Amino acid sequence: MTVETTWFCLLWFMMAMYAVLDGFDFGAGILHLFVARNNREREQVLQSIGPVWDGNEVWLIAAGGTMFFAFPALYATSFSGFYLPLMMVLWTLMGRALGIELRHQLKDPLWCSFWDVVFSVSSLLLTILLGAALGNVVRGVSLNTDGVFFAPLWTDFRVGDNTGVLDWYTILIAVTAAAALTHHGALWIDARTDGAVQARSGRIARIVWPVVLTLSILAAVASISVQPNIVAGLKARPWLSVVPVAAFLSLSFTRRLHRRQRSSAAFRASCVYIASMIASASISIFPYVLPARDESLSLTVTAAAAAKPGLKAALYWWVPGMLGVCFYMYFVSYRTMPASQGRVPSKPLGTAGRSSRSGH
Amino acid sequence: MGLALLIVILKTMGLRGDAVANDGARFWCRILGLTFVMGVVTGIPMEFQFGTNWSRFSEAAGGVIGQTLAMEGIFAFFLESTFLYLLLFQERRLGARAHWFAALLVLAGTWLSGFFIVCTNAWMQHPVGYTINEMGRVELASVWALLTNPWAIPQYMHTMIGTTITASFVMSSIGAFYVLRGEQLASAKRFLSLSVVVGGVASVLAAFPTGDMQAKLVHEHQPETFAAMEGHFHTETGAALVIIGQPNMETLHLDNPLEIPNMLSVLTHLRWDAEVEGLSSYDRDRWPTNVPALYYAYHIMAGLGTMFIAISFLGIISVLQGKLYSRRGLLWIYMLSLPFPFIANTAGWATAELGRQPWVIYNVMRTVDGHSAQVSGGNALFSLLGFAGMYALLSVLFFFVAVRIIAEGPVGDASRGDEPQVRLDRAPDHESEALP
Repeated sequence: MTVETTWFCLLWFMMAMYAVLDGFDFGAGILHLFVARNNREREQVLQSIGPVWDGNEVWLIAAGGTMFFAFPALYATSFSGFYLPLMMVLWTLMGRALGIELRHQLKDPLWCSFWDVVFSVSSLLLTILLGAALGNVVRGVSLNTDGVFFAPLWTDFRVGDNTGVLDWYTILIAVTAAAALTHHGALWIDARTDGAVQARSGRIARIVWPVVLTLSILAAVASISVQPNIVAGLKARPWLSVVPVAAFLSLSFTRRLHRRQRSSAAFRASCVYIASMIASASISIFPYVLPARDESLSLTVTAAAAAKPGLKAALYWWVPGMLGVCFYMYFVSYRTMPASQGRVPSKPLGTAGRSSRSGH
Repeated sequence: MGLALLIVILKTMGLRGDAVANDGARFWCRILGLTFVMGVVTGIPMEFQFGTNWSRFSEAAGGVIGQTLAMEGIFAFFLESTFLYLLLFQERRLGARAHWFAALLVLAGTWLSGFFIVCTNAWMQHPVGYTINEMGRVELASVWALLTNPWAIPQYMHTMIGTTITASFVMSSIGAFYVLRGEQLASAKRFLSLSVVVGGVASVLAAFPTGDMQAKLVHEHQPETFAAMEGHFHTETGAALVIIGQPNMETLHLDNPLEIPNMLSVLTHLRWDAEVEGLSSYDRDRWPTNVPALYYAYHIMAGLGTMFIAISFLGIISVLQGKLYSRRGLLWIYMLSLPFPFIANTAGWATAELGRQPWVIYNVMRTVDGHSAQVSGGNALFSLLGFAGMYALLSVLFFFVAVRIIAEGPVGDASRGDEPQVRLDRAPDHESEALP
């Protein structure tokens, strides 16, 4: 494996981690207004993601940085080409952060309701935007001979040579992403809360599951029809077809585990599902980092990559750095947080201060 | 960044049994939490902006500056985001020592973040450790050279000291506000005695050695920038240091100058009558694009820096005499000084960025060659207006929430500060229920 391909894998690893980890925050945000009806329940949802959401979002920032140095041409071309959609991504990212962090600053019902809506609407929009972005990457963009493009928001909604950010295919992927992350978030809330919030999330997870399955199958079929590279790639590397198979297997496991009330295990199966879906997307475009509608103009891994010496040098700090991050994020955020030892309780605990010292 | 340092100092005092300092740390953590959110939401667009608006620069230089930006994400942002939550909401659960350690890790995260971002900027000011390939792309030759850029070290120290001055003066200002109103006296005195001393030391360090080192670097490596910054238009021996005066770009002279004779020669060459090159001895297409703005930015920073040293001089003497809290005039000055460190920091960055123009990478790539060609002016203006509006709204929100936190104050905060933590605790298990 060349150093460029290694970085392609590492970059998509970060994207998958981002989708899995911030994915449940998005799902919790989308469901926020529906599963939590009063102030305490809303706090419950926010507290279930409170310790981890910011760290999860750093995966996006770190993936952006990694793309910047490993594939400068990809970073420059795609970020400027998707100019308007990215501005919307930025606004919704800001809205989410403000919604989560400003809400608890004031104990005022209007203030709290306002930020609840900002948080929930931004989460939904962000999911749709990022889903559409993924759809655009898989479908390919209208790169010209200078290797640049500028995507209009939409043209005629057909997948043609002059297509916009939104067409029937990218909308399908966006809706699939929204359904999958709603399901993912519902499982997270189910596993991490109790009382009415947990019951409602469990019910939503059960209702959304068949929708996720149907949309995933549709998305897979549609992807093969719009991106000829998928079939060619799988013919060249047939063993990679285990990844999409794993996605569908883990999705069906999710259902089974959830039926048996094993909500944490169901959530972990959903993590595998999301990660395999993202990995499938990366497989469908390789050896390109950004396929073009006209295949001969596609940006390849090698053409987009920075010079080899820099890429090799970066492995020496990147790999230990990321191992360290995974280690302390896991132990600090996911193992020792109160929400992961038990559930965020439905009733505030006035006298919990003393008992909280006991741990392990 | 500066505030994280002061919080660690307060936490250290708290660890040694100073309960007032510990309550104070909790109060400042609330402010830190608020500024952190604002920092996160306003900072995210900056990383995207390299790609969205400066794509030709990013494509050419991403192999180099992308590395330091990615390091910032991996080594600093993960650390900050993970441990900030513990610092803000988990004090009781962690216990005093672990909580102090969380504060220390947040400090490490913020200061590392500063280092990587300054390294990125320093490379644009003074590119090192790179080669240019046949396609005109910059390639990284040495990560080590990038991280030990001779420009980066003084710039980093100067920037970090700037943040420390800011945090100290904000703390002094709020402490003075409480003392003048006769509220929260115990906490306010702790804040003042700490921040006046830290702010005083930092104000001196900002000028000497770090500011002086930076000015010498600019003089050596960006001579036309140095001349423009100082408002020094014509080469002369025994050059004077300009205090105030308005640059006139038609006549290439300063109007209404007030100068210290021979001082510029002394500062740059340590000689009374050394020759200092003026702006007119360089090609006009190498001049900074906006000379007056650069000149004013630099003089605002340097002028405010001098003012901080003067205030701190009075402040530290009063602390040593034990009379700070009774000198109401000085407390008024401290209280009203709140906005000035922010202005000085902004002016300092404006000096660095205006001074580098017309280059985006000094002597390698011009700014006009760096922007995204396919993003039209209309689209750029659209997003700029959007962000200007959003940031204006954010600053209103920030002040609104910050004023409320300050009005509540640190005393009596013990229960309030823990409230989110209490709410987050898990249900009492059997073991803890058995406790009396």
